[in-house]
Amino acid sequence: MAFGKISHGLGQTIGALGISAVAALTAVVPAFAQDAPAAPSAIATGAAQGAAMASGAGSYTPMKPVEGIGMPIDGAYGLQTQFSKTGEYGEWIHNIILMPIITAICVLVLILLAVIAVRFNRRRNPVASKTSHNTILEVVWTLVPVLILIGIAVPSIDLIAKQYKPAPEGALTIKVTGNQWFWTYGYPDNGDFEVISNMLNVPGAPTINNGVREVGSKPWDGPSHLEVDNRMVVPVGEPIRLQITAADVIHSFAVPSLWFKLDAVPGRINEKVLVVEKPGVYYGQCSELCGAKHGYMPIAVEALPRDKYNAWVLTHAGAEIDTGKKKPAAAAAVPAPAADASEAAPAADATAEAE
Amino acid sequence: MATTADHFQAHSEEHGHHDHEHKPAFFARWFMSTNHKDIGTMYLIFAIIAGIVGGAFSGMMRVELAHPGIQYLDTFARWFGAVNPDFNTTLHTWNVLITAHGLIMVFFMVMPAMIGGFGNWFVPLMIGAPDMAFPRMNNISFWMTVAGFLSLMVSPFVPGGTGNGAGTGWTVYAPLSTSGSPGPAVDFGIFALHLAGAGSIMGAINFITTILNMRAPGMTIHKMPLFVWSMLVTAFLLLLSLPVLAAAITMLLTDRNFGTTFFDASGGGDPILYQHLFWFFGHPEVYIMILPGFGIISQIVSTFSKKPVFGYLGMAYAMVAIGVVGFIVWAHHMYATGLSVNTKMYFTAATMVIAVPTGIKIFSWIATMWGGSVEFKSPMVWALGFIFLFTVGGVTGVVLANGGVDDVMHDTYYVVAHFHYVLSLGAVTALFAGFYYWFPKMSGKMHSEFLAHVHFVIFFIGVNMIFFPMHFLGLQGMPRRYPDYAEAYEYWNHIATIGYMVMASSLVVWFVNIIYAYVAGKKAEDNYWGEGATTLEWTLPSPPPFHQFETLPVIGETAHH
Repeated sequence: MAFGKISHGLGQTIGALGISAVAALTAVVPAFAQDAPAAPSAIATGAAQGAAMASGAGSYTPMKPVEGIGMPIDGAYGLQTQFSKTGEYGEWIHNIILMPIITAICVLVLILLAVIAVRFNRRRNPVASKTSHNTILEVVWTLVPVLILIGIAVPSIDLIAKQYKPAPEGALTIKVTGNQWFWTYGYPDNGDFEVISNMLNVPGAPTINNGVREVGSKPWDGPSHLEVDNRMVVPVGEPIRLQITAADVIHSFAVPSLWFKLDAVPGRINEKVLVVEKPGVYYGQCSELCGAKHGYMPIAVEALPRDKYNAWVLTHAGAEIDTGKKKPAAAAAVPAPAADASEAAPAADATAEAE
Repeated sequence: MATTADHFQAHSEEHGHHDHEHKPAFFARWFMSTNHKDIGTMYLIFAIIAGIVGGAFSGMMRVELAHPGIQYLDTFARWFGAVNPDFNTTLHTWNVLITAHGLIMVFFMVMPAMIGGFGNWFVPLMIGAPDMAFPRMNNISFWMTVAGFLSLMVSPFVPGGTGNGAGTGWTVYAPLSTSGSPGPAVDFGIFALHLAGAGSIMGAINFITTILNMRAPGMTIHKMPLFVWSMLVTAFLLLLSLPVLAAAITMLLTDRNFGTTFFDASGGGDPILYQHLFWFFGHPEVYIMILPGFGIISQIVSTFSKKPVFGYLGMAYAMVAIGVVGFIVWAHHMYATGLSVNTKMYFTAATMVIAVPTGIKIFSWIATMWGGSVEFKSPMVWALGFIFLFTVGGVTGVVLANGGVDDVMHDTYYVVAHFHYVLSLGAVTALFAGFYYWFPKMSGKMHSEFLAHVHFVIFFIGVNMIFFPMHFLGLQGMPRRYPDYAEAYEYWNHIATIGYMVMASSLVVWFVNIIYAYVAGKKAEDNYWGEGATTLEWTLPSPPPFHQFETLPVIGETAHH
């Protein structure tokens, strides 16, 4: 349960918009980049952990989200802009393959109905034909849809295969737990600290979470109903193994701009890889009915460059920096909680096989 | 469609004796009814009442969603008996509304109207049978449905966890419906499903027996009107899927009350098992709701084009194919639950297959009209509306079928838009089409064609205003079942709420039309739609005699589709 947020108030950057803020902040981080290689050996011994922490008095100022990025836009009628490879692929399938096909089908039906209304109404065509069969026509309108569907299925199946590519060995693991009605994010590779993430209260509305501040009270706050007190911070550009479960009823971890949705089921651990391509804040919401405050447990993912992520990690008590060398051990440790919580059925088959 | 009206001109005269038929007295006639037409009428009235309740719930939801924030839920919570509701109780009321709306519309509006109402009325008439095979079972089917509805109506007023009522969604997923919802509300809801389910199983047995055994001489299975075909397929779907639902919700009951752990991981169970069982029923269920609509539309399109249905056999077996494939696609409702990759790929491919028979139906309807002499009477405009709206709902189904794309669509308003396009705009439009097609036959009074057209136009605009923007909300990521939302979802939500009011006003026109028909409507002739209407019900007077076909009609060899 140890978590916390140390805002060092790097004032010069706070006002800037998201991406530029990251760029400005990189100036601060080389120190950690240099510390990091030292970490693996240090972590091996408990005594050295303190040293790692001491050297890395972490720093973190939440990023200010960019308007319209990683969040819905009022009055928009398309998908949110995507910030992951699968998202870009999925968006392409939707926008370039599916939308033109389904629009064409609807327009075709509409045109045919219009032609019927004009040409085959009672006045224009008083005597109805008695045609009730046309084998060729019937074969055509059976086979053409089959071909269209095969055309859709090829990229669609490919997308599924890509989505479920297991995480590479040594990928950072983050454990996501759905609770009534908040999310907790565990960082087993970073000293196993946990972040509790509550929705910020909305000014003028009844209190949703006691003891949580109101949205808009900090300069980096995103939209109401979507912003949380403690975001799920992840390193940008690298595959992250998300292991998702729930403590009480079923929830669903969903972030539209990252093309990510996976149910959090009590007694199971669902696993899927998340790769965020660009630093930024990406909002999502619980997407499985989970009781009274289902609508009030949003998700905010903040993707930071690795050095800034490490700095964030070190703001937590007992935190440590994960490195590539350490990771095999971490990966090996991972199945343990999975196995114990999900005896019933390992859900992420693909990953299980791969590992 | 399997015969012509001429064949039975002589036949209808045999029914001149209906003046001295022996109708039972009021109580015996309506409460102990064994007459398929009376039971059908009761089902229709029941469905209208349930539809008003379910529609009122959706109105309560839409006013709440007109703007972000919680505006009216507190009041609604009080309506359901909460005294000074706290915020959780207020929010729980939202979940009660969505749950009740879904269950009422599925089990107590669409199904009773389609199957109990039009099915009971017109299956025996169309196959030339005097009544259903098991008239007493028919009666108990109806009253079990009513009892189920009453049980469901008790549910919102008794405790269900964070507030009064069952707030589980119509899918009643464990563990929210087990450990997550203490109190009797969910038990009342489950009991409602048990009763309605048992009633529907008996109804299905009745229809299968009637259709297979009681067709008039000469009416082979390949001469049955397509509405009868649709009811036959629907009845088989009911018979095969409802027992699975009954098993699933019985396990929920024992998990809730008797300490079993079928769906509880801490006792070796699995919450996902419930979803598999539910959707093994739930997916056929969506075809149960729409197939009779297909049948109604086929009759109407043929009648008003004055042509036999194009590709009759293809149409019939397309419905059979939809029914069969409908049983092997259920897990596309569960793409986000953590299915394995291969499972997801299979269900993606299988689900897309359904588009093929559905496409056959759409194109065959169009081909039926093509070359016809189309009269745009009220049932026909509703049928045209159905064909277009169902196409829109169908193609978004193809989008959702893609397991990979579903990662961003699942449980968003895109799904809400999709299934309302096929159900609210599809099944309900088919119901109105059937209503205007057969209302004069059932009541003996003509409705106003003008008002029926006005009803259609306003309804069409209204429902599209409600549900088309929901695609946009879904693409932008708005999740389902939310009483409150980020400001960025306000624009389309506001339009949807205005659309609801437009749609609701069209229902006023409908009620006025019914009153008009009874007060000032002309007497309906036997075959008021003219030469295009060729099925057996048009050989009978309007309304048909209390007992018809005491001498069975004979379908000639020459009669064909």
